[in-house]
Amino acid sequence: MKYLFQFARILIFCIAGEALHYLLPLPVPSGIYGLVLLFAALVTGLVKLEQIKETAHFLTGIFLILFVPGTVGIIEHLETVKQIWPAVLIAVVLITAAVFGATGLVSQTVLKHKAGRKQND
Amino acid sequence: MIESWGMVLTLACFALFSFLQKKTGKIWLNPLLMTAMFIGFILMKTGIPYSQYKESSSILTWLLFPATVSLAVPMYEQLDLLKKNFSAIITGITAGTLTGLACTVVLVKLFNFDFSVGVSFLPKSVTTAIGTEISAELGGIPSVTTVLIILTGIGGNMMAGLLCRLFRLRDGISRGVAIGTCSHAIGTAKALEMGQAEGAMSSLSIAVAGIITAILAPLVSKLL
Repeated sequence: MKYLFQFARILIFCIAGEALHYLLPLPVPSGIYGLVLLFAALVTGLVKLEQIKETAHFLTGIFLILFVPGTVGIIEHLETVKQIWPAVLIAVVLITAAVFGATGLVSQTVLKHKAGRKQND
Repeated sequence: MIESWGMVLTLACFALFSFLQKKTGKIWLNPLLMTAMFIGFILMKTGIPYSQYKESSSILTWLLFPATVSLAVPMYEQLDLLKKNFSAIITGITAGTLTGLACTVVLVKLFNFDFSVGVSFLPKSVTTAIGTEISAELGGIPSVTTVLIILTGIGGNMMAGLLCRLFRLRDGISRGVAIGTCSHAIGTAKALEMGQAEGAMSSLSIAVAGIITAILAPLVSKLL
């Protein structure tokens, strides 16, 4: 029963996220609204961590498998992919690596800079 | 049970490939990639339409919604880390998103793509729901964007460990923001495996990178 209630609480935030998605004219999906709302509820203490913890960990733990049906759907677009595959490959491998490097190195540099400044204080 | 054959098949394949990857440690045995390729192959060989598989595995896709919302929990569990390093996190995500958009513009120019194809490449690093919406709004082809987003996610998921070593990222914060910014939720699945800090930062990056891209993509699309 405990997990059922935890799941129900998470679903409430899904519905709230869906509502915001329909009400606000921004290109933000309902899942992100739900995430932000649940995060805000946890920070303000409206929802306690124990009230959702195990089920949330279960759901984030199975994240990868949930993408299988969508990924299989690529077979519907194989013709399109065939026409542009060299660009797809570059985008998926090289640009992804470039974004990874830029993000990671910039945040690591800012972190080190801050750590250094703290030591000098 | 029979009407859920797609879900049962997915679970069985995924479990098998997860086991094989754990045993062998081979990057290419990525359970998402292998399961999708295996099922895709079966569907094409047997002639079962994708729509039938999709329907019989719809519960998995449906669970993506509460699973995305649940990413608030790993974020909240690392709240102190998040607050303390907020500037480094935001600067990193912004730098990465700008790099991605700039590289994509160069790529599209190099290949001389039509505007509709080119603009479909722009939101390739953000989560599917945001990306397809951006693509549709700017006059792209949402199905091309979806394919790119999924493949980018799998690429990020598979390369995460390698890239952390290549760029010498030592702390969980930089690793997490890097994974989440370049490969959204599919990459985040790997970040959650790597550690609590990685998982939390990657979850946050999905939302932040998605929003920054939604703001910048319309401006960048004018360059295509």
